[in-house]
Amino acid sequence: MAHHAEHFDLDEKFDFSSAVKKKIFTILILGLVFAVIGLIMLIMGGNDSHGAHGLNGMASDALAYSGGAAGTEHGGHAHAVTWVTRVKVNFWINSVYFVGLSLIGAFFIAIQYVAMAGWSAGLRRIPEAIFKFLPFAAVMLVITFAVSYHDIFHWTDSSLYDKNSPNFDAIIAGKAGFLNMPFYITRSVIYLGVWILFTFLMQKQFNKEEYNLDPSKPNKQFFTLVKMSAGFIVFFGLSTSMAAWDWVMSIDTHWFSTMFGWYNFASWWVGGLATITLTVVYLKEAGYLKFVNEAHLHDLGKFVFGFSIFWTYIWFSQFLLIYYANISEETVYFIDRLSSDKYAKFIFINLIFNFIFPFFGLMTRDAKRKMRILKLVCIAVIIGHWLDFYQMIMPGTLKDQGGFGFFEIGIFLIFAASFAYVIAMNLAKLPLIPKNHPLIKESLNHHH
Amino acid sequence: MSNQHQHAAETDKHYLLGIYNDEDVLLEAVEHVRGKGVKIYEVFTPYPIHGLEHALGYDRSFMPRAAFGFGALGNLCAIAMQSLIMGVDWPMIIGGKSFIAIPNFIPVIFECTVLFAAFGMVGTFLATNSLYPHKVPRIFDRRSTDDKHVMAIDLAKNTLSEADIRSILLESGVERHTDANGVEHVGVKQRNFTDEENKGSFIRYLADLIANGVTSSNRALKTSN
Repeated sequence: MAHHAEHFDLDEKFDFSSAVKKKIFTILILGLVFAVIGLIMLIMGGNDSHGAHGLNGMASDALAYSGGAAGTEHGGHAHAVTWVTRVKVNFWINSVYFVGLSLIGAFFIAIQYVAMAGWSAGLRRIPEAIFKFLPFAAVMLVITFAVSYHDIFHWTDSSLYDKNSPNFDAIIAGKAGFLNMPFYITRSVIYLGVWILFTFLMQKQFNKEEYNLDPSKPNKQFFTLVKMSAGFIVFFGLSTSMAAWDWVMSIDTHWFSTMFGWYNFASWWVGGLATITLTVVYLKEAGYLKFVNEAHLHDLGKFVFGFSIFWTYIWFSQFLLIYYANISEETVYFIDRLSSDKYAKFIFINLIFNFIFPFFGLMTRDAKRKMRILKLVCIAVIIGHWLDFYQMIMPGTLKDQGGFGFFEIGIFLIFAASFAYVIAMNLAKLPLIPKNHPLIKESLNHHH
Repeated sequence: MSNQHQHAAETDKHYLLGIYNDEDVLLEAVEHVRGKGVKIYEVFTPYPIHGLEHALGYDRSFMPRAAFGFGALGNLCAIAMQSLIMGVDWPMIIGGKSFIAIPNFIPVIFECTVLFAAFGMVGTFLATNSLYPHKVPRIFDRRSTDDKHVMAIDLAKNTLSEADIRSILLESGVERHTDANGVEHVGVKQRNFTDEENKGSFIRYLADLIANGVTSSNRALKTSN
């Protein structure tokens, strides 16, 4: 079978037309409407939580730990959960999730370079546009932290470390070497700073390759990027794990899981892969990226399929060990969720969206090659992993005062619309195909 | 070229072989030969060639479906096995869990699913390719295990005459070379398998093994050429 060398328009540019803008603004306005409706409902219905100190009398508290005389983690000094807290927690959920999604853009490119993969060379602009959202998401994360760390992170309460205080908590005090404000902020700044710095350095190389390519050394940028990417992957592996402990796991301060770093990485990674795939499908449907054929879609589909199973493996490994060992310090995390009528359903919805759906939806070869199925599964996976972060963060911060309603959907849609806007805006800046990538021909002629 | 057996029985198989040096020539030859309406029996190559199944017009393999079926079977077997052992035959209290505690079963369910799918696929592959002990391999041309690509055409399955097929093969880029004696060799030849060579039976093999033990007769491959 002779592959016919096809010629594609290598200079095509994405037109960020008013029609596209209108679609994104529709999502944004929908999100705003949902958020406002949700907020009004929260404020109107929020009476039951006023002055309800110590309302957090969940089963978990009885089990929290038996060693300290000072009682349970949340006893005595719980803050009244109001709609303001819920707003803050929602911003935290979305900031963490979207920082992860945009970071995956950089990680995806890095692994493609380290593997010197040719098939994805032509698709590089999409993850490139995705990581452009990282600074925005990082700013949201920092602002949310500055405004609401006291409501989200129990360990920031200084009285927990004071032996003479009735709130003294021996377990949390024992973690003070790691969980203290200066060290915590330094770490977070380092993660975000290095990630953003890497995306800037990478973009500089891309621009050089696009506009200032030295014809005598056409592979120079490529090999520079391979080296940079190798270094970044090492840092990424370490920093995403630690970011997961800091930003998510430290919410349930007593509790810890050695799987948590991987679990968060897997969630971000699948969400990011689904975002990349979805963007490719949308561009292809709009008539761009003519070179993308079923083989490219198949490879992206394999990524989403395979890593959905990877996520499930990690999720289940964390659950099974805790379930089987049955130690109350560990089971408290799942008791908070599974014995709560507010959160129990999300554990199962989470598994349906993130495992059952991609597993059966993308199992066959044909399914991975159909844009309609890919689109459906990717949207489900992106929502599913948002729900994953929701059920990691919400039960630990709001306890039984949390919930799921219009407000959650609204804030998610606002973030998603901003994300889409930044992606589309950056896609329009450079030609859609990186024509000077040394492996571009392999990508354009990718068949299997 | 003249390798024809004179005492051909009714059930003998007659093949015409095209022998090629180069894989790109082979791929084009496959398209050329099929384009002329010739049905190809099989192509033998020393190494896998990208795009050959596509050129030969093969259907997609049903192995994925076999894998799913065997995997599902393994899944059910693991659930049944553990439920019967842990829930019915010898119930034990472990960690305060109920006797049939599904989360505990999942690692074994997973392993059995993988095991059944893997073994099932190997078995399916061997069965569909008739690869069993003492299967007599029909080697069309020994050079297909070395440096030549061999296209085999079953003459009985084709309506075109042998001469027509021969001329189609000759124009499809078969290998040609002149040996030290100045004789030109063209890579088209006939290969016949006698009735005896076509038969390979696992039963006969077992009977032979029981009667005679491991001998050269049931160990050696029949590769007369």
